[in-house]
Amino acid sequence: MAATQPLLNRRLITDWLGIAPFAIFAVMFLIAPTVYLVSGAFVDPNGNLTLQNLIDLFQPNILAAYVISIKISAASAIGGAIIGFALAAAISLGGLPSWVRSAVLTFCGVASNFAGVPLAFAFLATLGRLGLLTIVLRDVFGFNLYGAGFNLLSFLGLTLTYMYFQIPLMVLIITPALDGLKREWSEAASVLGATSWQYWRMVVIPILWPSVFGTLLLLFANAFGAVATAVALTGSSLNIVPIVLFAQIRGDVLHNPNLGYAVAFGMVVITGISNFIYIWLRMRAERWQK
Amino acid sequence: MSYLELSHVQKSFGIVKVVHDFNMSINEGEFVSFLGPSGCGKTTVLRMIAGFESVTGGTITIGGVNQNGLKPNKRNIGMVFQAYALFPNMTVAENVAFGLKVAGTSKAEIEDRVKEMLDLISLGHLADRYPYQMSGGQQQRVALARALANKPKVLLLDEPLSALDAKIRVSLREEIRLIQRKLGITTIFVTHDQEEALSISDRIVVMNAGIADQIGTPSDIYNRPATRFVAGFVGTLNILEAKVENREAATVRVAGRSINIPPANLNGAGDGAAITVALRPEALSLSKTPSSDVALDGRVTSVNFLGSVIRTRMDVEGQQVSFDMFNNPGLQPPQIGEIATAHFKASDVLVIPN
Amino acid sequence: MTAKKFWSWLAVFVAAFYFIVPLLATLEFSMRMRRGTYSFDAYRSVFADDRFASTFSYSVVMALITIVVGALLIVPTAYWVRLRMPYLRPVVEFVTLLPLVVPAIVIIFGYLRLYNSSSWLPLTNTDMGANALLVFGFMTMSLPYMYRAVDTAMRTIDVAVLTEAAESLGASWPTILFRCIFPNVLTGVLSGAFITFAIAVGEFTMPSLLNRPAFGPYLALIGANKAYEPPALAMIAFAMTWVSIILINITTRLQKGAAGAR
Ligand SMILES: Nc1ncnc2c1ncn2[C@@H]1O[C@H](COP(=O)(O)OP(=O)(O)OP(=O)(O)O)[C@@H](O)[C@H]1O
Ligand SMILES: [Mg+2]
Repeated sequence: MAATQPLLNRRLITDWLGIAPFAIFAVMFLIAPTVYLVSGAFVDPNGNLTLQNLIDLFQPNILAAYVISIKISAASAIGGAIIGFALAAAISLGGLPSWVRSAVLTFCGVASNFAGVPLAFAFLATLGRLGLLTIVLRDVFGFNLYGAGFNLLSFLGLTLTYMYFQIPLMVLIITPALDGLKREWSEAASVLGATSWQYWRMVVIPILWPSVFGTLLLLFANAFGAVATAVALTGSSLNIVPIVLFAQIRGDVLHNPNLGYAVAFGMVVITGISNFIYIWLRMRAERWQK
Repeated sequence: MSYLELSHVQKSFGIVKVVHDFNMSINEGEFVSFLGPSGCGKTTVLRMIAGFESVTGGTITIGGVNQNGLKPNKRNIGMVFQAYALFPNMTVAENVAFGLKVAGTSKAEIEDRVKEMLDLISLGHLADRYPYQMSGGQQQRVALARALANKPKVLLLDEPLSALDAKIRVSLREEIRLIQRKLGITTIFVTHDQEEALSISDRIVVMNAGIADQIGTPSDIYNRPATRFVAGFVGTLNILEAKVENREAATVRVAGRSINIPPANLNGAGDGAAITVALRPEALSLSKTPSSDVALDGRVTSVNFLGSVIRTRMDVEGQQVSFDMFNNPGLQPPQIGEIATAHFKASDVLVIPN
Repeated sequence: MTAKKFWSWLAVFVAAFYFIVPLLATLEFSMRMRRGTYSFDAYRSVFADDRFASTFSYSVVMALITIVVGALLIVPTAYWVRLRMPYLRPVVEFVTLLPLVVPAIVIIFGYLRLYNSSSWLPLTNTDMGANALLVFGFMTMSLPYMYRAVDTAMRTIDVAVLTEAAESLGASWPTILFRCIFPNVLTGVLSGAFITFAIAVGEFTMPSLLNRPAFGPYLALIGANKAYEPPALAMIAFAMTWVSIILINITTRLQKGAAGAR
């Protein structure tokens, strides 16, 4: 016993030494920064524990930023999920030629990564005041988009823009789930007398809803954390959370560093909750896919 | 009278003709197997009966009603798939209840019927399990109960046993046959396992490349194959080339000797005609028995121990002949390379129409 | 049957309209620079700007450093966890998924507070320090993708058997790691690398807040000051994304082929 004890310890030490670089990296550049901000959200400038920062999040302009951010994220997530689901169902179940499927999937791979500043440029060139679609609508169809109240730098404009990466993301995540629906299930349902609506209601929707709802939450978190597109599209004219935080980091526009931490904390809470529900629902969904 | 009638049924996928001219009538309560190699169109015929594929030509009638153009959900047919195809989000009981539920049956009635069906397959105690918590054999029994719950007019089974292991395969096929007899339901059973087809069917359809080569009882199919394909596919026949020596005396020359066969077996082939004859492995034996009158000498090329029987293959003047003998621990099996003599009765020789 | 096909085609066409129109509009806009006629002047102007080349090459260099450092950190870690500490896998996986939960802007905010000029480790004081922070930031962002790609590649080879075989031949640890493990998970590293590259080259938030002369902030600057160059840059960025996705597809196909051949 006495002889084996140090040996065991040495093995344990090498084990931990092997993982030390990763552990140090994770602590220094992922966990510590997050913990620093989160804990900063709970103290006042003098270092006393307080909930005042969180309460201050509910002051009108910050609350408004959260509300509009949540609205844009939710709208682009729901729109992206619905359209993405329709597109995924079309290529997975619609009996289209296989080249359509691979073309759509490849394009979705590209478009889901085509975010940030260039995406903002693309939509400015499309739906900006001088964008092609704006001009075509005005000159060819006689419809004045901006006269009708549209603005790219608004809830609707931002939602439309975000959907450009939301829809492809939905397609990429949900297509495998749709492919997992066996052809025999629909055939079994139909010989048993079910209409296709009954099949969808009793079999497909119960099987798919965790994946669909989970992906919806992922899309929501994805939009909520998107900074670059918003900044490049709107400068700082639109009051949404990522832009408020960006401005706060740049120049303490809230005049209270701890309130800034609280804004960041709020972001982590929202994206965190949606991601955790996403992961939980995914595990639920995988129960069927033995 | 015939209940399920397929007449001149054809199916093409694009320019490829998969089912040629399929004719058959099945009686009410009959158990018919479709037997044939992979890709011969068994599933396609079944799917046309179920309504998943439309017929390119011909008609399918059930109980006198033309089914052409009728949607699958209007045909009241039960179907069991190779991969079980249970709904993964429903328990066993919910799966069995599915067809009744979509038909709008009352709750109490559904409950009774589900219980009855689960008792039929003796899985009443697993009613609340989900499919992923059950073995393949159990899942397939549930699939059978689900297919039968609506009292379908016809039950279709597409290779229901081929995903299961050998032991379960045998016991489940007997269970299926038992239930079928009990309910008296008209059944088509697709398989490419000839033993399966022979053991449980009233009649067998041997299919080859989209055509029904022979339709007959298991003993017909096995003992009197109508074509060379059927002879080769059902059982492991020894096929030998032969020549008619004398038509009147019914003598043919096989493997260098001339033998007398029952004249009726000749099917009218003339003198000197080249014919094909077949011998079942079990028709040959190493020992000379009183009834055997023909002997074949050959060199043993392989000996396979299959448990209850030993299958020996030998080379008789360039033609391969294999035969089975019962395993007998007291006897030395033939050795590879030795010269052996196999005996058979001339009356066991089958002449295959070319 | 035909109704299903009709709706499917309709969905594909509507989606194609939504996705292709912005690309066409961007292309059209980018060619409007010369009055009255279409030209590639905007592209010429983009490529003539020194800052385009300098910021782009800066971002590419940072991305490459991120890939190399990231691979050197993640491959041995994934290997070690699989071989020696399988009980730590859930923890490590959880940590590698965290960057999906914590937005990049929050992470970089934390860096700026922890490693600023008045902190115990004033990385932001020097260019080198800030570059290092940027690399670590990129590594964090790519962690979920990189780790998963490498770990999946490792699952297809049996790490323990490979190690024992090498050990029985008398190989040392570095030899095992660099001569046996790395080449075998190369396709995983590569597909992780392309994603990292795509993330890092266009990233705006991190370099912008760290005041780094990177491509993302340059794009934003051009966007704020020019009219025709931004759509040209968007087209260039789209083309680059397309190329990296094709490269990812090729490597994953190679990876599948390699796994299938085993
Ligand atoms: N939807 C389809 N489109 C085109 N060809 C098809 C289609 N379905 C079946 N076939 C072709 O029709 C032929 C018969 O197929 P079928 O599935 O009926 O064979 P099978 O006898 O059931 O074979 P197995 O024993 O392998 O199940 C095959 O050559 C197959 O390739
Ligand atoms: Mg088949």
